Amino acid sequence: MARSSRSSIARHSMAEQEPSVRITNFDEVALGYDLTTAVEEAQRCLQCRHSPCVSGCPVGVRIPEFIKALREGDMWDAVAKLKDKNSLPAVCGRVCPQETQCEEVCVLAKRGEPVAIGRLERFVADWEREHGIRVPPVASSMGKRVAVIGSGPAGLTAAGDLAKLGYDVEVLEALHEPGGVLVYGIPEFRLPKEIVKIEIGYLESLGVKIRTNVVIGRLYNVAELLESYDAVFMGTGAGLPMMMNIAGENLNGVYSANELLTRVNLMKAYQFPEWDTPVRVGARVAVVGAGNVAMDSARSALRLGANEVHIVYRRSREEVPARAEEVHHAEQEGVIFDYLTNPVEILGAEGWVTGMRCIRMSLGEPDASGRRSPVPIEGSEFEMVVDTVVMALGTQPNPLAFSQAPGLERNRRGAVVADSATGRTRLERVWAGGDIVTGSATVISAMGAGRVAAMDMHAYLMGQSRGPWLTAAEPA
Amino acid sequence: MYQIIAKETLTPVTKMFVISAPEVAQKAQAGQFVVLRVHEKGERVPLTIADYDRDEGTITIVVQEIGKSTRLLGQLEPGDRLASFTGPLGRPTEIENYGTVVLVGGGLGIAPIYPICRSLRAAGNHVIAIIGARSGDLLFWEERMRSVTDELIVVTDDGSYARKALVTVPLKELLESGQTIDRVWGIGPAIMMKFIALTSQPFGVKTIVSLNSIMVDGTGMCGACRVSVGGRTYFACVDGPEFDGHLVDWDLLLSRQRMYRDDEAIALERFSQPESQSNREAR
Ligand SMILES: Cc1cc2nc3c(=O)[nH]c(=O)nc-3n(C[C@H](O)[C@H](O)[C@H](O)COP(=O)(O)OP(=O)(O)OC[C@H]3O[C@@H](n4cnc5c(N)ncnc54)[C@H](O)[C@@H]3O)c2cc1C
Ligand SMILES: Cc1cc2nc3c(=O)[nH]c(=O)nc-3n(C[C@H](O)[C@H](O)[C@H](O)COP(=O)(O)OP(=O)(O)OC[C@H]3O[C@@H](n4cnc5c(N)ncnc54)[C@H](O)[C@@H]3O)c2cc1C
Ligand code: SF4
Ligand code: SF4
Ligand code: FES
Repeated sequence: MARSSRSSIARHSMAEQEPSVRITNFDEVALGYDLTTAVEEAQRCLQCRHSPCVSGCPVGVRIPEFIKALREGDMWDAVAKLKDKNSLPAVCGRVCPQETQCEEVCVLAKRGEPVAIGRLERFVADWEREHGIRVPPVASSMGKRVAVIGSGPAGLTAAGDLAKLGYDVEVLEALHEPGGVLVYGIPEFRLPKEIVKIEIGYLESLGVKIRTNVVIGRLYNVAELLESYDAVFMGTGAGLPMMMNIAGENLNGVYSANELLTRVNLMKAYQFPEWDTPVRVGARVAVVGAGNVAMDSARSALRLGANEVHIVYRRSREEVPARAEEVHHAEQEGVIFDYLTNPVEILGAEGWVTGMRCIRMSLGEPDASGRRSPVPIEGSEFEMVVDTVVMALGTQPNPLAFSQAPGLERNRRGAVVADSATGRTRLERVWAGGDIVTGSATVISAMGAGRVAAMDMHAYLMGQSRGPWLTAAEPA
Repeated sequence: MYQIIAKETLTPVTKMFVISAPEVAQKAQAGQFVVLRVHEKGERVPLTIADYDRDEGTITIVVQEIGKSTRLLGQLEPGDRLASFTGPLGRPTEIENYGTVVLVGGGLGIAPIYPICRSLRAAGNHVIAIIGARSGDLLFWEERMRSVTDELIVVTDDGSYARKALVTVPLKELLESGQTIDRVWGIGPAIMMKFIALTSQPFGVKTIVSLNSIMVDGTGMCGACRVSVGGRTYFACVDGPEFDGHLVDWDLLLSRQRMYRDDEAIALERFSQPESQSNREAR
């Protein structure tokens, strides 16, 4: 096919549940491509020699190669090319912010719409799952034991890579279900839990042992792990919810997004009382914040029966940090966006939320980070009538895992100091990666960090790279 | 794992379970708790560690059956397994030689003060305990408590057994008696802990309480367990569960404990209907 005819094909949309239907269920919103559509979309790729798309992907997925295999009909080869760099493609195809990563730098993006790399990735991964995942050969045991703390994308990736190399890997997870944010945070309608389960089952088939209900910092601490394991990877994420510290925040009806989402996703409160854990979402809900977590909370609230859901955000639409697709879906579903608005107090009666006092904001001069900082407009306060408030303001690393880990240096925001090129911390034989180092980031960057650490752990344990132990610390 | 080794009915509403959990037993300390799930669709239920046996590898819990989850647990028998069991959670009680200490356990609160009494006594304290219940048939572990205390005072609200009094009455008498009391612990229903704290406050004796706010994960990740102590918000599961009772915002705790009252009633009603769907599945 000629280059010009390739670029004249329009980007293929993906089938979705109708907004009016999907807000009544928790089933997946986006339905994926069928084979014909996927192959047609794959035809759009120009197979650029310098493949800028690859450099836009934090783990360097071999994008042109898997797309080529796909359009030539060699599906198993497409799978192999894709999984060479990405061990959780069914997840990433669904949740990566492609528009700021691989797709942003696709050459087609400059002239129109980029190749739908994420959707193709999802298609290939789903195809593999439907056809039976093949387990790659695993090196025989080297008799070295590695502990991985936390079973989010960072920990799972490190564990998988190390298992393939022949290490005896044990993942120690605090909750009763492995997967980290993929199981307790991101809702079913965006990432079906069955998919996460299968991806984890694949890692187990590589020999990874997952031990749930193990809370590091309570049952064991890092110092003890170093006695019984040759190396430790910390991937405990950034699970500590931040609150605003305004009056009324402890009223009944005020949730951290983590609590709301954990009840709904991990504990299946949307199936209460068939499942035992309840959740209370009223008729009028305000979600404070505008990241992915806020979108997930708002859209979950709609599905739990709220009549009116507001996103309350102190900056403007341009600064919204959530993935474009999530914002678009939330708007389609009727979520109301109150930009340039910030809560100052939560109002209540008899212990329950009855409203929220807010102030209007305007955007001032850009600050050091280049973002225009919001400034309150004096005298613009007003009240919103709401019965549920969800705080989705971001999270920090949960300090629990750090108890009894002297020598582990942390920065002001509670994140572990680790070298981004190796994952090494200040404590010998301890590596870290993912949200625990960067603060709340993305699935794919956490996976990338898990992979980087696994490679360095291998070099270290093989005696190829003993020292120096973390000379240049990355300021996180 | 997490097999029930023994079960004992302590009172018409309280059951004791001994659970096999060797790793947790190795690490458990007085004042800590576990979070367990009875079945795959179950809630994560926080329960205090009432005893631990490091040699046998067991944890003992005492459960009061009040709603669906605790009743489901009450139906389990030795040999049954729990879906999950996580612990130890929370900070242990700060054990030191304070001198003379008074521990007040009301109703179910008798169970959690037992290991605390034992540890405090081992640390050299003169341990006085006050245990009480609404009536004599709701009282348990009197002999066990006697074995870990120097003085044991038993009361019931209705006088059907031992002395007729609320637990705060002998506490006040002790504080007024002129003997030095160095520290008080009060564990029981929130409303009782509030009155224990109010009783000791005028005497200026530091009083530790164990806050049973609603929890989900028990690891500091969700904030469901928020409590206000001394004007600051804490997560009871990781910062506590023990706090200075004189600084606790009791009305907030009591209010937050009621958050799911309507849903709990639905769950219990469905559960109690003899052949309801959820009941059959749950078995
Ligand atoms: C609601 C929500 C939506 C999101 N949406 C997106 C999205 O669309 N796209 C995207 O790219 N990113 C998204 N993110 C961000 C992304 O999920 C995270 O950046 C990523 O999961 C970080 O991975 P991690 O492995 O570092 O940590 P986590 O996924 O947080 O996993 C950490 C694990 O460690 C466990 N743990 C913590 N402490 C201990 C301990 N002491 N002992 C044992 N185990 C412990 C935790 O229980 C958890 O399972 C979202 C995040 C949230 C919360
Ligand atoms: C640190 C801690 C230690 C505890 N120790 C014990 C103990 O040793 N023995 C014992 O019998 N009980 C203990 N509890 C209370 C016990 O967890 C609740 O009684 C139980 O969760 C109720 O569940 P249910 O479904 O049977 O009742 P429900 O009908 O659901 O609830 C009845 C009441 O229990 C409380 N409750 C409900 N759900 C939770 C929850 N997820 N977390 C905490 N409280 C809840 C609420 O106040 C509620 O109104 C403890 C609680 C905490 C936080
Ligand atoms: S992993 Fe994410 S960023 Fe990388 S190619 Fe796939 S969708 Fe794009
Ligand atoms: S930049 Fe776009 S068109 Fe070029 S190889 Fe990558 S995906 Fe294909
Ligand atoms: S129970 Fe979730 S933070 Fe305490």
